[in-house]
Amino acid sequence: MPETYFTGENLAIAEEIISRYPVKKSALIPLLHLAQEQDGWVTDDAMRHIAELTDTTPAEVKGTGSFYEMFKFHPVGKYMINVCTNLSCQLLGGEELLEHAENVLGIKAGGTTDDGMFTIEDVECIAACTEAPCLQVNYRYRLRLTTDDLDQLIDDIRNGRTTDIPEHGTLGVVRQHIPAGQGAGIVPPEQANERPVWLARNDAAETSEGAV
Amino acid sequence: MPTHDYVPHAPGYVDNEGPKIVTSRFVHEDSHTLERYEATGGYEGLRRALDRTPADVHTEVRDAVVLGRGGAGFPAGVKWGFMPPGKFPYYLVVNGDESEPGTYKDRLLMERDPHQLIEGCLITCYALGLTQCFLYVRGEMAHAQEVIAQALNDAYAKGYVGKNIMGTEFSVDITLTWGAGAYIVGEETALIESLEGNRGMPRLKPPFFPAAIGLYGQPTIVNNVETLSNLPWLMLNGADQYKAYGSEASPGSRMVAVSGHVNRPGVYEIEQGVTTFRDLFYGDNFCRGIRDGHELKMFVPGGGSAPWFFPEQVDLPLEGRTVGGEGSMLGSGAIMVMDDTTDAVKAALRLVRFYARESCGKCTPCREGTTWEERILQRILDGEGRPSDIDKLLDIADNISPGPYPVAADPSQGLDAVPFPPKQTTICPLGPSSVAPITSTIRRFRHEYEAKITKRDSIPVSAAPVTAEVMS
Repeated sequence: MPETYFTGENLAIAEEIISRYPVKKSALIPLLHLAQEQDGWVTDDAMRHIAELTDTTPAEVKGTGSFYEMFKFHPVGKYMINVCTNLSCQLLGGEELLEHAENVLGIKAGGTTDDGMFTIEDVECIAACTEAPCLQVNYRYRLRLTTDDLDQLIDDIRNGRTTDIPEHGTLGVVRQHIPAGQGAGIVPPEQANERPVWLARNDAAETSEGAV
Repeated sequence: MPTHDYVPHAPGYVDNEGPKIVTSRFVHEDSHTLERYEATGGYEGLRRALDRTPADVHTEVRDAVVLGRGGAGFPAGVKWGFMPPGKFPYYLVVNGDESEPGTYKDRLLMERDPHQLIEGCLITCYALGLTQCFLYVRGEMAHAQEVIAQALNDAYAKGYVGKNIMGTEFSVDITLTWGAGAYIVGEETALIESLEGNRGMPRLKPPFFPAAIGLYGQPTIVNNVETLSNLPWLMLNGADQYKAYGSEASPGSRMVAVSGHVNRPGVYEIEQGVTTFRDLFYGDNFCRGIRDGHELKMFVPGGGSAPWFFPEQVDLPLEGRTVGGEGSMLGSGAIMVMDDTTDAVKAALRLVRFYARESCGKCTPCREGTTWEERILQRILDGEGRPSDIDKLLDIADNISPGPYPVAADPSQGLDAVPFPPKQTTICPLGPSSVAPITSTIRRFRHEYEAKITKRDSIPVSAAPVTAEVMS
């Protein structure tokens, strides 16, 4: 039985992603992200279909996926609040911000609210160190936050006032697309072992220098 | 004219006085668009490169001494020379997995000037005969991913990327790819593993570096985002002009992020080897002093993995070789400043905890050692520390990184610096990096550790047997 987790548009996206790599297995992480975009977390069905699409086994898919923190193998909140507590943020109140989030939402870092709206995580450096303390909601930044800002943010999310934050699982909302006929041609390494044609320009230069 | 202040659409970036090799477009709100890029000299560097032979372009990059900006500071032009001839295909992998604590520059370059990065990739591929480029962006950077996707789509449509670029026989595909949250993937061989669809665990090197055996076993160049972003300017202006900035050993500019207890934390493009830490922390052009009139206690000069510096080191220039000789590294240009209110043990624990969480688990000294370090530091901080804990921390550190660990000089105690890099019993430098905060703070602030330990503990050293139970 062929796997049917990805259908319609997402199946087409999956196939296009795979076509951009010389080896199918390289698409594994992007496909796990696509699965997470579809369901908010990575299901067993998703991993079986990804294995079929990439000529791997479901165990290999889980083996790779479980290494990476962003993949969730159980349902999480629609909004994942990742508070940075690494050194630059810690120095300016990152830990207090996390504690405030925990108190306001009544959950500990790693937990999800009963209504399935929020998950909080205590995360490592998210590369906005000069703007400490900072956090991401579904990987969208909020910088230099006070506890009041955080209260406002949670209220905005609850009332649908945050337009730039898609539900958990969606990363970039623009996808790469190589138009037909405009690509250089992505093939497996063993089929690409010829010398790139433009390197012949080096030969001509050597010859002419030699002539001089 | 520089605005001398923050730029609202590029949070953190300060448009200060100084060289603008990679940040020249940041002042424009639409700096990420192809229109703005073309209107400001965009893709002209590639055009110039295509008028020359590939070997000639490589020579220009080697002559300019473009140092790698990812951490190790190795010259890109030299790295490029390590590929075995004739073993095609060759690949380019762009390391955009910026996640070293305190590091914040590659994300700005990707979000604010994606075409500059793409042009840098194309120049590299042309010079070396690379036929496919993978632009690996950190998973958490959703906005950078969508900006680069849009930039690539626009560049393909205009014929800057893909088949027969600018009407020549030069053809290359660039694939945007992205990770899923693992610091170690910033290490180049782990990055390649991740790109092959595997767990991001580093490969053993030497003997085989990626330039010889990399992605899919083929010769692969792995360069940092900022390194490649230098190339369009270099092609337009030449190696001589590039070397007019900076010092002889470290030409050009580099981006640094100064965070923590300063009045104006920010991302600055500075002149390498010329600007000193003092300029950076106290200068009007930069951070404008330590916050609220406090005193500087210590600072991390090059990302979480760098041994710490203290007030005696502030007059050093930001130059890799100098900082290395003085016992630390410039690394990824991440400077974290701590004032006299900072608890040294707590700060050290936070970085150690990072390494314990991010250890990939491949090498035992790191997998076990980082966790031990974290637990011991935590119990010291919790007032549960034992008198033997300080020596135990140093012993664990010595198992991960044997011998004297790089450290700054301490004139008050008559101690000299131990130069960078450390020795290691692990495949990659993650484990040894966890040692930096420990040895730096114990040597300098041993009394802070002792004060925390003696607060509660009365177990004599001899009565604390080293058993598995002690560790639990």
